[in-house]
Amino acid sequence: MSSFWIIVAFLLGFLIVFQIAKASEYVAILKGEERARNESNRINGFLLLAFLVVGLFGVWYCNHALKDRILGEPASDHGVRIDRMLYITLAITFIVFVITQVALFWFAYKYQEKEGRKPYFFPHNNKLELIWTVIPAITLTVLVGFGLYYWYEITGEAPENAQVVEVTGSQYKWEFRYPGADKKLGKKYYREINPLKNNSLGQVWSDPDNHDDIVASQEVHLVVNKPVKFIIYAKDVIHDVGLAHFRMKMDAVPGMPTTMWFTPKFTTREMKQKNGDDFEYEISCDQMCGKGHFSMRGVVIVESQAEYDVFISKQKAQYAIAMEAEKGNPATPSPSGDSTQNKSTSISAVTTKVIQ
Amino acid sequence: MNNDQTIHVHEGAAGTHEVLHDGNGHGHHEHKQSFISKYIFSQDHKTIAKQFLITGIIWAIIGALFSVLFRLQLGYPEESFPILETFFGNWAKGGRIEPEFYYALITMHGTILVFFVLTAGLSGTFANLLIPFQVGARDMASPFMNMLSYWFFFAAGVVMMSSLFVQTGPASGGWTMYPPLSALGQANLGSKLGTDLWITAMALFVISSLLGGLNYIATILNMRTKGMSMTRLPLTIWGLFFTAILGVLSFPVLLSGFILLLFDRHLGTSFYLSDIYTAGQALPNEGGSPILYQHLFWFLGHPEVYIIILPAMGMVSEILSVNSRKPIFGYMAMVGSLFAITILAFLVWAHHMFVSGLNPFMGSVFVLLTLLIAIPSAIKVFNWITTIWRGNVRFTPAMLYAIGFVSMFISGGLTGIWLGNSTIDIHLHDTYFVVAHFHIVMGVSAFFGMFAGVYHWYPKMFGRYMNNTLGYIHFWVTLVGAYLIFWPMHYMGMAGVPRRYLDFTIWKSFNQFNDLNRMITVVSIIVFAVNLMFVFNFFYSMFKGRKLRTQNPWNANTLEWTTPINPGHGNWEGEIPEVHRWPYDYGKDGRDFIPQTEPVGPNESKH
Repeated sequence: MSSFWIIVAFLLGFLIVFQIAKASEYVAILKGEERARNESNRINGFLLLAFLVVGLFGVWYCNHALKDRILGEPASDHGVRIDRMLYITLAITFIVFVITQVALFWFAYKYQEKEGRKPYFFPHNNKLELIWTVIPAITLTVLVGFGLYYWYEITGEAPENAQVVEVTGSQYKWEFRYPGADKKLGKKYYREINPLKNNSLGQVWSDPDNHDDIVASQEVHLVVNKPVKFIIYAKDVIHDVGLAHFRMKMDAVPGMPTTMWFTPKFTTREMKQKNGDDFEYEISCDQMCGKGHFSMRGVVIVESQAEYDVFISKQKAQYAIAMEAEKGNPATPSPSGDSTQNKSTSISAVTTKVIQ
Repeated sequence: MNNDQTIHVHEGAAGTHEVLHDGNGHGHHEHKQSFISKYIFSQDHKTIAKQFLITGIIWAIIGALFSVLFRLQLGYPEESFPILETFFGNWAKGGRIEPEFYYALITMHGTILVFFVLTAGLSGTFANLLIPFQVGARDMASPFMNMLSYWFFFAAGVVMMSSLFVQTGPASGGWTMYPPLSALGQANLGSKLGTDLWITAMALFVISSLLGGLNYIATILNMRTKGMSMTRLPLTIWGLFFTAILGVLSFPVLLSGFILLLFDRHLGTSFYLSDIYTAGQALPNEGGSPILYQHLFWFLGHPEVYIIILPAMGMVSEILSVNSRKPIFGYMAMVGSLFAITILAFLVWAHHMFVSGLNPFMGSVFVLLTLLIAIPSAIKVFNWITTIWRGNVRFTPAMLYAIGFVSMFISGGLTGIWLGNSTIDIHLHDTYFVVAHFHIVMGVSAFFGMFAGVYHWYPKMFGRYMNNTLGYIHFWVTLVGAYLIFWPMHYMGMAGVPRRYLDFTIWKSFNQFNDLNRMITVVSIIVFAVNLMFVFNFFYSMFKGRKLRTQNPWNANTLEWTTPINPGHGNWEGEIPEVHRWPYDYGKDGRDFIPQTEPVGPNESKH
């Protein structure tokens, strides 16, 4: 019903505006075209100036209202670099923004049509044009220089001591594989994937490297201040590992593993102290992947080495789980197979709607 | 082929020989054209321009309506709107938009606005209208091809429209249609029949665009009137010329990408598919690369944004100069920067793929090339501002939109410097920051350019003015609304909020913007309503608008204003005028304006 009244209100408003607009045209004819034009010119000139002033205030106000809602301190070393680059760019672009917008609206206001004003015939000026070619060029060189310096640091090789974790995205969940004691991830092949046989990643069991690999779903544990290297896969369509708090992002592409590394700076607990108990490091899928895209959520838990060791010691290798199940002992729940659906149900009703 | 030959050949085709002598054109008894050959299968560039424009307006309403629908979901995720179920049935059960429906809406919104409105509706309209007028030609090089161009576009529209009504819904993989999602019907409902129809429609669209583009290039190069050297062309024509070149060189690449996608979908090839396990089944495809599609797509996709913006830039340059009563500042620099943008447009596509798994070294090359575009863009902005400086500015609705265009182009262009830098892009990629950036710099800006063009050349198209008051209201609400809608989205992007999410309730990091989302939704509905008012103004003024009494209402220099108020087929009665000077002699030697047709006087100052 309310939508009906809104539509009625819009129609009425439109009728009124239309009548005014029509009347103003008659008034213009009565007044004489010249005078009417002068009048509307003055009004619009004033409005342009008003828009400039109110708009700049709006820019300040928007920042004031929203600055506490954007992310706080970056939680990774790369994040620090990315934020620094972002603020350098912000400073430069904001100065240009203010100068050009002020010039545009101020000139429009100042040089509005006036009786007897002679426009200045000014078709070109090589010096001016040289200035505004060279200055942007120099500024951009600086930005490219900084940008590429950081870019190579961020996308360069991960340090030797980095913890390796494999991330696999599929419609609409995240799975993780830790290499286990041998620090090697076993081979996998997508045709081996069989969730019913507890092999949701397609691990090749004949490869002994696989025998101690641990598979988990939806949550990944990392160690604070220790570099981590993600090796990223996708099973079905393109996904993207988005880690807003760490400022990192990398696509998960079927058939083409990608990598990303960074060093988490704060444990989840530290972040909860800073940002409130509700805080969680979240993994968002940032590449359109189907109807459940908006609910493809994972969680990163950053903890101390000791806590991490305890966590890992409690996990069972996926190989063991699969073999036990095959021997007719299906009581052991698999961490990667059906647990996903239970988890999603608990996350929210929205997700369930999508997955079922 | 010269102009007169063309018109004769063309008239032969249309079956009439008297058009040329019918100066007062429209609806006169001398005409022997039937209704169909005059208004439907017309080969007159003016009629084709109007066809493109009106079709574009219809698509714009549909595309914008889709955005209002998904904004309802974003602004009011908890509420239900029973009226939606009335119209959309199962797609909005209980008045709540289903995820598949949401994704179909955003996909169609993007496709419609980018291709059907801002490519066909914008450059289709103004290239057809202005090229023959402003270069001094009686019609396009091939009026028949021109007609085909429109009708291929129309056919594309019919197919695209029909995809909205299939049972599995229209394409819903995002307007970029990345495979494997777009290749696998089992992974996505919209990737079934909807995607085949989408690809078919786009293939027809590419044909339309090529037929049009080749014609524009041929006309500009070969059919300029006597004295109209390339450096005497109005900047509008330069903008449209480079647009056509971009389209002709890049659309075929897009088509090739689509054809390979079609092969992967139906013929079992593996161009884009590899190592896929979906719907409980491992697919046989191995060895393909989804990245290949992204390269092929963005090889058009990036030039596409310049295809959208260059005509707007050209028109804005013209309108700013005319209404400032001053020459455009730095004509050659303007042409040069258009040229630089055109070249660079082909060399930056991979900046859409910094986090796709592209080699980081490749990424760094594309950073450099991308940020280079900022230089010609900066030149253009400074030149526009200098054009207004010390002018005598008339604020017609067209002029206001041109000023709004520059403001929007600055705002959106500067954030391009953020996103083009791969380091920052890691964080901002696929967030609302990108949504804000491209909507401002190519969506809103291009629309502003288009509105400026419509208000400015409406008298030429229909021999009447649009209502000014409605025009002013339209401008101010749209300008303020566009900033209110898109400016705060930058902050959402900096918070990492991903694009293409329809509900943030399960997220702890992204759910703090509910009030903002509601504000944006309300504003977008208001802006939508005001733009419907523009549409009303457009059609109402066609029949009831104030009649044009002079040939040259804006006191402009260009050739289109030397034609009769309602030009017939062939544009000029008698000879095509000869051109003696560039089009920007405003305020020279104490004269308000000197049309291009006026010979250079002996005592005239040089510039």
